[in-house]
Amino acid sequence: MYRLQSLAARSLIAGALDQCSPLTLTSLTGVRHKSQGPSVEKYGQMRFITAEAKVAAERLNGKIREKTLTMETLNPQVKAVEYAVRGPIVIKAGEIERYLEEGGTKPFSEVIKANIGDAHAMGQQPITFLRQVVALCTFPELMDSPSFPEDVKWRARRILQGCGGHSLGSYSASPGVECIRKDIASYIEQRDEGVPADWENIYLTTGASDGIMTILRLLVSGKDSSRTGVMIPIPQYPLYSAAISEMDAVQVNYYLDEDNCWALDINELHRAYQAAKQRCQPRVICIINPGNPTGQVQSKKCIEEVLHFAYEENLFVMSDEVYQDNVYAPDCQFHSFKKVLYEMGPEYFNSVELASFHSTSKGYTGECGFRGGYMEVINMDPEVKAQLVKLLSVRLCPPLAGQAAMDVIVNPPQPDELSFKQFHQEKSSVLGALAEKAKLTEQILNAVPGIKCNPVQGAMYAFPQIFIPPKAVEEAKALGMQPDMLYCLRLLEETGICVVPGSGFGQKDGTYHFRMTILPSTEKLKVLLGKVRDFHISFLKEYSALE
Amino acid sequence: MNANVKKVDYAVRGPIVQRAVQIEKELKEGVKKPFEEVIKANIGDAHAMGQRPITFFRQVMALCTYPELLDDNKFPEDAKNRARRILQSCGGNSIGAYTTSQGIDCVRHDVANYIQRRDGGIPSDPDNIYLTTGASDGIVTILKLLTAGEGRTRTGVMISIPQYPLYSASIAELGAVQVSYYLNEEKCWSLDISELQRALQAAREHCNPRVLCIINPGNPTGQVQSRQCIEDVIRFAAKENLFLMADEVYQDNVYAEGCKFHSFKKVLFEMGPEYSSKVELASFHSTSKCYMGECGFRGGYMEVINMDADVKAQLTKLVSVRLCPPAPGQALMDLVVNSPQPGEPSYQTFMKERTAVLSALAEKAKLTEEILNTVPGISCNPVQGAMYSFPRITLPERAINEAKAKGQAPDMFYCMKLLEETGICLVPGSGFGQREGTYHFRMTILPPTDKLKIMLNKLKEFHQKFTQQYS
Repeated sequence: MYRLQSLAARSLIAGALDQCSPLTLTSLTGVRHKSQGPSVEKYGQMRFITAEAKVAAERLNGKIREKTLTMETLNPQVKAVEYAVRGPIVIKAGEIERYLEEGGTKPFSEVIKANIGDAHAMGQQPITFLRQVVALCTFPELMDSPSFPEDVKWRARRILQGCGGHSLGSYSASPGVECIRKDIASYIEQRDEGVPADWENIYLTTGASDGIMTILRLLVSGKDSSRTGVMIPIPQYPLYSAAISEMDAVQVNYYLDEDNCWALDINELHRAYQAAKQRCQPRVICIINPGNPTGQVQSKKCIEEVLHFAYEENLFVMSDEVYQDNVYAPDCQFHSFKKVLYEMGPEYFNSVELASFHSTSKGYTGECGFRGGYMEVINMDPEVKAQLVKLLSVRLCPPLAGQAAMDVIVNPPQPDELSFKQFHQEKSSVLGALAEKAKLTEQILNAVPGIKCNPVQGAMYAFPQIFIPPKAVEEAKALGMQPDMLYCLRLLEETGICVVPGSGFGQKDGTYHFRMTILPSTEKLKVLLGKVRDFHISFLKEYSALE
Repeated sequence: MNANVKKVDYAVRGPIVQRAVQIEKELKEGVKKPFEEVIKANIGDAHAMGQRPITFFRQVMALCTYPELLDDNKFPEDAKNRARRILQSCGGNSIGAYTTSQGIDCVRHDVANYIQRRDGGIPSDPDNIYLTTGASDGIVTILKLLTAGEGRTRTGVMISIPQYPLYSASIAELGAVQVSYYLNEEKCWSLDISELQRALQAAREHCNPRVLCIINPGNPTGQVQSRQCIEDVIRFAAKENLFLMADEVYQDNVYAEGCKFHSFKKVLFEMGPEYSSKVELASFHSTSKCYMGECGFRGGYMEVINMDADVKAQLTKLVSVRLCPPAPGQALMDLVVNSPQPGEPSYQTFMKERTAVLSALAEKAKLTEEILNTVPGISCNPVQGAMYSFPRITLPERAINEAKAKGQAPDMFYCMKLLEETGICLVPGSGFGQREGTYHFRMTILPPTDKLKIMLNKLKEFHQKFTQQYS
């Protein structure tokens, strides 16, 4: 019976692959299939109503007109780029969604997109205060409305005063609106218990991704064995690997310790560094804390060790701290790299080059669509800093609405202000729900035989390790895909749940994972986790029963 | 650090603007100057110079931002309908959700419809539309795709001289090869096919020219290309296998009698399938210019025509790494392409505001050309469109020599002096490119008419004084 099931499952995969558009097929399997490309019969039936069709026919007659921009002439670095969070499996999920919309039937009624850290898409509500301020900035005529509290109006006026022509529609200075940069500096000082922050070291960015890419662009240089090496954690958020590919830098992997709750191991950093020196010049180390996809919150000691390592080896430190407000485990605390660096004394604080990143997309606000973010850059060579400013100026400025949103985040209602009560309530509610869902996810997944999930200490994801039976591994390889991709594809086809295979983030050889978000509502999450459990158990059965 | 980054220059926000900002601070601190304020006529930022936003657009944006306002009866029904429609297309009905990387579906559909209407019915496929973070984002992305090869096979990018320095900056950063073709100043900055040919042949000696960039209406020059010219360019691109990039962000900014905006897409398709099925074209638009002037929202789109399907998938993949363009900018773009229609409650006010902005710009374009042309030593081509004038200035030999002794471009020397003496901030022509031995500056026509008149007269005085001083 299991054999039949597995045959059925295989044809399900084959069927699924057939249903894929040719492009998805290629990206899922990495192999071009014969089924792609026009078939003679198909075109024989077409009438040449469009110019495109005519050209296609010409191609068949051997009169190929080479386009200027083809896969052969495309920038090879672009070809190398991969971004699993919106990669092939998500494209497939989109196709299934459209299929369902058009009335198609599947063993489920909806696709659950647990692939991306998009809180609002999964039903999280925006923070009222933030939206009020931005709405007022957008349409200042509302200043006359009694439905907006004074603290909202005050902040909106202040932001607008910092804008050209008092309009959110003006370009701002390229590093961002000055008063917002100052507010961010104050926020950082407060957060770091008095460690000084200079507003001129603050740059607003179009989401944190923008800042991260800009810094990497500055840092990538050299050729062959002197080419810039960028140390990144494995598993990592694939913006880093994508940027490294695009810039043709050298990716230097350091493995997080799964058995130790994904902690960073200084010995592993040393190992990775030494090995890399053979083939490149490691110049940057990237850390994501709290971690993505792993959710670990690094200890203060660990952060010190990393900074010490960076100091010794002359590495530029990039600390991605977008989840700094997403800490759930009671025994964990967020320590900013900047603060720890300061506490290590002036020798470190005045020399280690550090860029720290934050965003409006995560935390308790979940404002992904605004593309708000900032970076604080310390100890950067002044001439390089001038180059940074120049580089930013070409793109003019980050979106003003995002800058305004960032301002609200760093300048939230205070206890003595009108909006405080509601603000505090909303914030606690969001963070409380996330903490609850983090625990729930860990618990339910750990109860599944063949799934092992580290505690979700922070961030927004679970990254459980999944046991994939050898037969399934073989089948995946025969299909030319990663075993966890096969797993996730099957999961999607059978349950409608879209998660991202661990291979998209990196993992130790021979281990498999997937990343799911903890963002769906608690009810939906429970349902999702139940389905994952059922699927996993049946997947194990199916592939263990084969001879 | 990255050597390519060092080569990047972007004059619009370059050294002269940095000095202007410094002077502004000094004025604030009470330092005495021969003027009371700095006039920033360096950048195409309409709102900063006092232009008002379009009420309808801001209403819809506010509704999208804070949907509780949908219950507020001070907002017209047509604004609410558009807001609801946009929100329905967003994840969780929130503009705080990421959108798909290509952009919100209904917005792309609306953009396609707009293009179709604009181009007299020539179909536009929403799947060929990519929303972008301002037009700059789309332009850089396409250039990225196109940059390949090494040494003699390195991608050459043909760009007009003078040009908007985003192009030269991107080319420098990507390590592509800039292939300059000169616009004809004597003929109102028009494009000469023989000049394109010359530039191309010369370039083929040392690189592989694969792209041709045009800005129409032009920046900094303001010329609006004739239909014939556009056809000739398309024919040229087809013949020489060049990917066409048409920067059309000023498409609503056309002032001169006898000038008309013709989209590259429309002309391409009207030339028949021989061209429309072959020529690879990317056209760019933005929310920053025209009558909207919504620079800060970073809204834009590009339409890609005849792109290889596999390459298109790569493009989609590339933009996915940055997740998506700002949702508010996307919403704004939707309103630009789907503005109030006759019969809708907001139509009258909308048209009034739109007309006011565009006619003010037309008036200021004419005024600028006229006044500048009365100055001996300044010669200004008609400002047919866009938002700038790019007059040619005659500099005395002594001034040129003094500039060179300082290691400064002569027109930078001139503009710096202008800034220090009058507070007017312009961008030297050297920042955009110009024929050897000629000098220009770019100024915007954006200050309000009164201020513009004052500015132009100060400029006139300064130029006469400068000429005298250095003769």
